[in-house]
Amino acid sequence: MNELTTTAIIIGILYSAVRLATPYLYAAIGEMISEISGVLNLGVDGIMLLSAYGAFLQTGNLWLALLVAAVIGLLMGLLMAFISVTLKAEQGISGIGLYMFGLGLSTLLFKTTIGTVKTIEGFQPVKIPVLGDIPFVGEILFNQSLPVYGAFLLVPLAWFILDKTTWGLKLKAVGQTPAAADSLGVSVDRTRYVATCIGSILAGLAGAALSLALVNLFQENLTAGLGFIAVALVPFGGWRPLGIMFGALLFSTVNSVQLWLQVLGIGIPSDVAVMLPYLLTIVALAFTVSRVRGPAALNKPFERGAH
Amino acid sequence: MLALVTACGGGAPAAGQTGQAGKPLRIAVVMPSATTDLAFSQSMWDALKKIQADMGGESAVELKYSENMFKVADAAAALRDYASQGFDIVIGHGSQYGSSIQEIAPDFPKTTFAWGTEVNTFGMPNVYAYTAAAEQGGYVNGVLAALLSKSKVIGVTGPVEAGDAKTYVDGFTQGVASVDPGYKLSKTWTGSFSDVALMTEAAKTHIAAGADVLTGSSQSVVGSIGAAKDAGNVMWFGTQQDQASLAPQNVVASQQYDWTGILKQMIENRKNGKLATRSRPRSRLRPTKQLPASKTAASRSSPNPGPAKGRCSARCACTRRMQRSRPANRKLG
Repeated sequence: MNELTTTAIIIGILYSAVRLATPYLYAAIGEMISEISGVLNLGVDGIMLLSAYGAFLQTGNLWLALLVAAVIGLLMGLLMAFISVTLKAEQGISGIGLYMFGLGLSTLLFKTTIGTVKTIEGFQPVKIPVLGDIPFVGEILFNQSLPVYGAFLLVPLAWFILDKTTWGLKLKAVGQTPAAADSLGVSVDRTRYVATCIGSILAGLAGAALSLALVNLFQENLTAGLGFIAVALVPFGGWRPLGIMFGALLFSTVNSVQLWLQVLGIGIPSDVAVMLPYLLTIVALAFTVSRVRGPAALNKPFERGAH
Repeated sequence: MLALVTACGGGAPAAGQTGQAGKPLRIAVVMPSATTDLAFSQSMWDALKKIQADMGGESAVELKYSENMFKVADAAAALRDYASQGFDIVIGHGSQYGSSIQEIAPDFPKTTFAWGTEVNTFGMPNVYAYTAAAEQGGYVNGVLAALLSKSKVIGVTGPVEAGDAKTYVDGFTQGVASVDPGYKLSKTWTGSFSDVALMTEAAKTHIAAGADVLTGSSQSVVGSIGAAKDAGNVMWFGTQQDQASLAPQNVVASQQYDWTGILKQMIENRKNGKLATRSRPRSRLRPTKQLPASKTAASRSSPNPGPAKGRCSARCACTRRMQRSRPANRKLG
């Protein structure tokens, strides 16, 4: 019997935590951009499912697969924006509608085109030269697959766009006081369209990351509600990229820890272990959310002159 | 692989008469996952298709199904719907559907209901309960796994510590222990039948902890099999369905559920005018009811019940089926 060293266990926990956080990061940062513009998109899970399916069909070329996932995300985003921005429908309900559409369509297409569960060659881990050789840190962070790197690069990128560009400023203005933004010549509708579409594209990439990098297969309802946890991570992270990354990593680390606790046979009941990530999220939420305020115009369709 | 399917019922008085010449026998099934899940639901659907083919195709047996019925309320609506439409046999294929069957069955006294995996028929004259002897194949898988493991570390990726998932794992554990109690066998439970991502991660965790043989049950284990395939030299032992198609190089053996035995029994009993066979716990055998003579069920009031095994088949109508072993042409280690 080979005994595991404590270092190996810690590396194991953190390595899988980083990997598990990936789809949450894509989806939650996308949702954050959408919400900052004032559009609550609850259809993330549905977009992820449809994109995960679309990407799965293109596994001969993984880059093409990512492109397909992004295009599906874009189309779903346009649909969501059309319903919630142009038609000014209630966002929560249209988002749930979008989710059910994605769930139903992906299940139907899967049944008719693939039929049964199959595994594929997904993205394999790529060791980054030099950085990958750093003991401990390199093993955890720089020995992952490409979609994982992409997810973590998205965090500074989103921060830069939101805080350092004019478009980021417009986005926040549209989500906080659309009337003021409108009076200054910023097109509220167009900004919300773009934000919702970017958010949905990222949700699409989250789906592809799931089917091509994490599980390497597709099955009906593959996400099992992952998209909704991503939506919850947005207020958890205080509508900030760094906060969302912290939230995603916290959730995935605790999940990874509970799996290791079970594997190592540490005597806690499995039911309690499975509960841990959610329990901790609720506790953390109780201490953080009350101090941050979300976009004031979130969930409110904009009508010129309605104020 | 070995597949053992055990169905328990007792004997109950006759009621409806169906399956007359010209009219097809109508069977409907409600399932928690897809008919192609390579696991629990597919095992029942494949059995029904086989029965249909054996009995003469669609003109003899009409089959309808509702899949992905994870929500019990939806499943209950579907079950009631099928019964209202006049289906002869309505099956709730999931232990979560018991309370729905219990509620619906009395409203349709001429319909045969069945549910599993369970042994409780609620004492109703038109309800079957069926279960799988999952621990039997689990034991065999466990012995094989232990003999093939080089690292002597074996991982179990389970969904919820209940039902046939638990009995399978219990059998597997005993099988491993029968070879060498010193093996390290660790178990993870994800708390979900459908969370593939977490199941994959659980399998990867076992592999990172040194496991070279994995097993597990539920439709989410496709994730575990994928993880074994990615790792390359990790072996997989399946249950519920033959899972070799997912990773031919890694799947060593699969226990397959074969429900044709109990299904045939149900159909046969219906032909003989019996809606179901009332189950009784063995310890509370009360020889009271006089049963109609039939080939498949002996009278419970028989003064001499015979030897234990014979008694069981008479009283419980236990059907045990063995299936041919799936070839183990896999790369080992």
